[in-house]
Amino acid sequence: MALTTSPPVEPRRGSPATDAAGLGRTRATAFVVPALALVAVFLVYPALWTIYLGLTNYRLTGLAAARPEVVGLENYARALSDPDFLNSLWLTLLYVLGSAVLGQCVLGFALAWMLRSAPRVVRTVVESLVMLAWILPSSVVAFLWIALLDRDNGTLNALLGTPGMGWLLQYPMLSIIVFNTWRGTAFSMLLFGAALNAVPPSQLETARMSGASAWQQLRDVVFPHIRGHVLTNLLLISLWTFNDFAPYLLTAGGPDGRSEILPIFVYQTAISDGLLGFGSAISLLMLLINLVLAVVYLRLLRERRP
Amino acid sequence: MSPSRTTRSLLALGAVAAVALAGCADGGSMGGGAPSDPQRGADAEQVTLTITRNAVQGGKSARDADWIVDYVIPRFTEMMAAEGVQATVTFVPSGVDDEQYKTRLSLDMRSGAGADVVTLDGIWVGEFAQAGYIRPLEEVVGPAAADWEGWAQIPDAVEQLASFDGQRYGIPDGTDGRVIFYHKELFAQAGLPTEWQPTSWQEILDAGRALAQLPDVDPIQLNAGTAMGEATTMQGFLPLLAGTGAALHGEGGWQGDTAAVREVLGFYQAVYGGGLGDPLLQQEAQGRDKSFQEFAAGRVGMLFESDYFWRSVVDPEVGIAPMANRDEVVGYAKIPAREPGAGVNGQDFVSMSGGGMTAINPNTQFPQQAWRLLQFMNSAEAVRARLGDSARITQREDVNAEALANDPMLTFVAEQVLPITAYRPGLAVYPQVSQALQEATAAVVAGTPPDQAAQQYQAALEGALGGADDITTG
Amino acid sequence: MTARDLVGRVAFYVVIAVITAFMAVPVLWLLSAPFDAAPSLTTSLPEWTWQNFTGLLENPYALTSLLNSVLLAGGSMVLVTALGALAAYALSRVHVPGRDVLLYVLLLLSSIVTGTAAMVPIFLLMFELNMIDSRLGVVLVLSGGLLPAAIFILKDFMDATPRSYEESARVFGAGPLQILRDVVLPTARPGIATIAVWAIVQVWGNFLTPFILLRSPEKSPAAVVLYTFYTEGGQADLGLISAFSLLYSIPVVVMYVFVNRRYGFRFHGGIKR
Repeated sequence: MALTTSPPVEPRRGSPATDAAGLGRTRATAFVVPALALVAVFLVYPALWTIYLGLTNYRLTGLAAARPEVVGLENYARALSDPDFLNSLWLTLLYVLGSAVLGQCVLGFALAWMLRSAPRVVRTVVESLVMLAWILPSSVVAFLWIALLDRDNGTLNALLGTPGMGWLLQYPMLSIIVFNTWRGTAFSMLLFGAALNAVPPSQLETARMSGASAWQQLRDVVFPHIRGHVLTNLLLISLWTFNDFAPYLLTAGGPDGRSEILPIFVYQTAISDGLLGFGSAISLLMLLINLVLAVVYLRLLRERRP
Repeated sequence: MSPSRTTRSLLALGAVAAVALAGCADGGSMGGGAPSDPQRGADAEQVTLTITRNAVQGGKSARDADWIVDYVIPRFTEMMAAEGVQATVTFVPSGVDDEQYKTRLSLDMRSGAGADVVTLDGIWVGEFAQAGYIRPLEEVVGPAAADWEGWAQIPDAVEQLASFDGQRYGIPDGTDGRVIFYHKELFAQAGLPTEWQPTSWQEILDAGRALAQLPDVDPIQLNAGTAMGEATTMQGFLPLLAGTGAALHGEGGWQGDTAAVREVLGFYQAVYGGGLGDPLLQQEAQGRDKSFQEFAAGRVGMLFESDYFWRSVVDPEVGIAPMANRDEVVGYAKIPAREPGAGVNGQDFVSMSGGGMTAINPNTQFPQQAWRLLQFMNSAEAVRARLGDSARITQREDVNAEALANDPMLTFVAEQVLPITAYRPGLAVYPQVSQALQEATAAVVAGTPPDQAAQQYQAALEGALGGADDITTG
Repeated sequence: MTARDLVGRVAFYVVIAVITAFMAVPVLWLLSAPFDAAPSLTTSLPEWTWQNFTGLLENPYALTSLLNSVLLAGGSMVLVTALGALAAYALSRVHVPGRDVLLYVLLLLSSIVTGTAAMVPIFLLMFELNMIDSRLGVVLVLSGGLLPAAIFILKDFMDATPRSYEESARVFGAGPLQILRDVVLPTARPGIATIAVWAIVQVWGNFLTPFILLRSPEKSPAAVVLYTFYTEGGQADLGLISAFSLLYSIPVVVMYVFVNRRYGFRFHGGIKR
């Protein structure tokens, strides 16, 4: 490890980046423009259009398809007073808290931390299995979990000796939370694995030799170093989980809407009911809620910075 | 870090531009404006036509897809060639869920694109017509629309599938009928007659109670809940509603919290609250599939389903839950009204039917040729070819008479059920009404008293329709 | 080893074993059902048969759809990685005003565009651009949706890689493009590899966008074709579905193994270990 200078442990957010290679403003802009152009046409434009649709009563079929009218904020008022929407919102927050914040983040960190000291074979096997769960396409994974949790013939019931236990019917939220934890832990594991590599081993040694317990080491040495990474990770996986449609394939939002998280609610509204204006309004509301979540994370994890 | 002024103004400009463009684009790409000349392209020597349907070779409705590719297209091309016209006909398949197919079709037709000959579910005719995606047949092809020999072969009731507001929009594409299937062996074990035709709801419940004595048997499978989707409304709620004499949408609007609705929900309670059905099965995502497997395995006594069940589920050769002794063991009976004479139109027995229809895209460049193609696809020989050696209820009575001769169940449906059947109202808001009905049945199955469930249904209906105007109560 | 150490070790392995079982058990269905003559939702020892796979061969679209998936995923991966890496590097090294806010806004907007409600605007946009039924169109739309997250992650990665090598190279007189090619790219390879894999996985499993934008069955990817193995009444043909799912899963797994061998799957620290 022959470095002439030791790299900063983590760059301060918002500090001026150092133009190490001498790119200069013009070249930098040239590098950014292609991506921005693609994004502007294929992301920003449709997104803004969708936001506009949220102000109309547009439907895909029926009279409102031929003559859509701008209804202003009526869709939003309707959403905010719709008990199904509020239920959906609550379930989604539960889903994000349970599977992203608690599930993926904690399990991912635990795996990253534990596998550092595991023998190579164990590490390869576990990491591969975790990655496999992440890589398999959603539709395939849905079938796998339906087979696992089936009431009459499911593998889980066979293993636990609880025939006839309808996991997806009696504990729909728990089922999809566990499902999403299983599915997405890989990302957190990778990110924390890399972050833990950046913790200077010398500091850990010092802490251990001065008699700190594992928990104290974690709290006082490791966590301050990886705080920024925790933020990035939480932000991304919360956003992805908030918009995750895969549980539809497992429970279709049921039974009776008990696992109808917002992406499923939007799908039912837009495709089953054909209410595109209303569905678009809900999409914007989801975005605003994600924004609030992002701000909360930023606040929590930026405080106490020296 | 606060955004700089440049970023902010750029974003604002972008937003305004996008909204403006969206407004323009929205208006400009509407399909279906003023009706255009039905005779356009009539003399063309080179014709291109596309057909689309929710079928795909090797997948969903593969038989229909094969028919189009292997029979319709070659024959029609020959026909046209004999008249000196070079016709290129292609098939655009799709094999997905009906709702997704509908979405994609709507997007195509909204932009004025889409295939020339399109097959829709009969229930979509109203909303597509209101949206301007399809137009009355006479408008699209002119007076030739009434000149087809096939109209005489299609019963008036079945023609409803392809009509809206009293006008024809296309040609119906097959239909079906709902009956009660029952397991003759279980009936024998329970001491019930193996040739059974109930005449009232009470008789159904009585038979159910007799079956309940048998171990490990669900007496009645009456679709309920939201997991089964439209299958709940079509096979469960609506036939029962017809049995109380009420139509879902009539002069006074949609059925709200009415006596008829409460009676139907009361029947659901008698079944699921009285131990005559499996409430958990109605909640499972794959519940309907499972109920089929349970029936095939002899663990369900009575099942309310359409002839699809006979043809494609328990059929000994091609079914997905095949029963080798189907013809001996599976009985079928008409669905009775609540009591004799209580059904719609004073009927003793009722049923519900669905089906598709095929229309011509108003934006086609060759309306006359498209009409010829449509007529050809619905000619007696083409419909016969489509069936091959399978039996299925078609839209034409002449073909039905021959093709169904060997299948007693389908003959039963064609002769006894179709005359008494009803169709769903093809209005844009129907899917939401159906959803509210499914939720009402789900509530009853979960234990809510029928009166309360009916009130919740009324509230949901008002929410969906935006007010109580178009709803009858009582 | 003290007793405490022993207990610690045992506990460690128990936890690992539980986690391993948790991850592995659901996947077993994929290994048993495709080979089963009468497959159901249960994971059980199969009645061994190859008929499900031969059934797939008879389907005219099954195998071409896998090829289409490869094309779509590959194309998107190239676009996202190339444009994303360039943009991330520039944004990391050079102070562009409004950078952070722009990234957050784009990240949030990407969640709208990958949802169901945006399907009409996307369809109409592609219709205006005459790119309906075009695989290139699908690639462009999907790449647009993936770029913000890709840039976000890559920029984070690049922020944490030391500038010392670039500074040294500059001191020795290398031009910026040369530095980019010879210093930055090798260092950033693990992160770029991760983003490449991530992009492929996202596109491989995406159903809605190709479904809305493509019409010809010869162009449809596997994600769409998987849903056609149902009967007209909506009942699933589990034999074909499970066999196809297995075939559908193998390419992504192979790709992951390949990337892992070659580049190692890490986010940061290419030069630290």
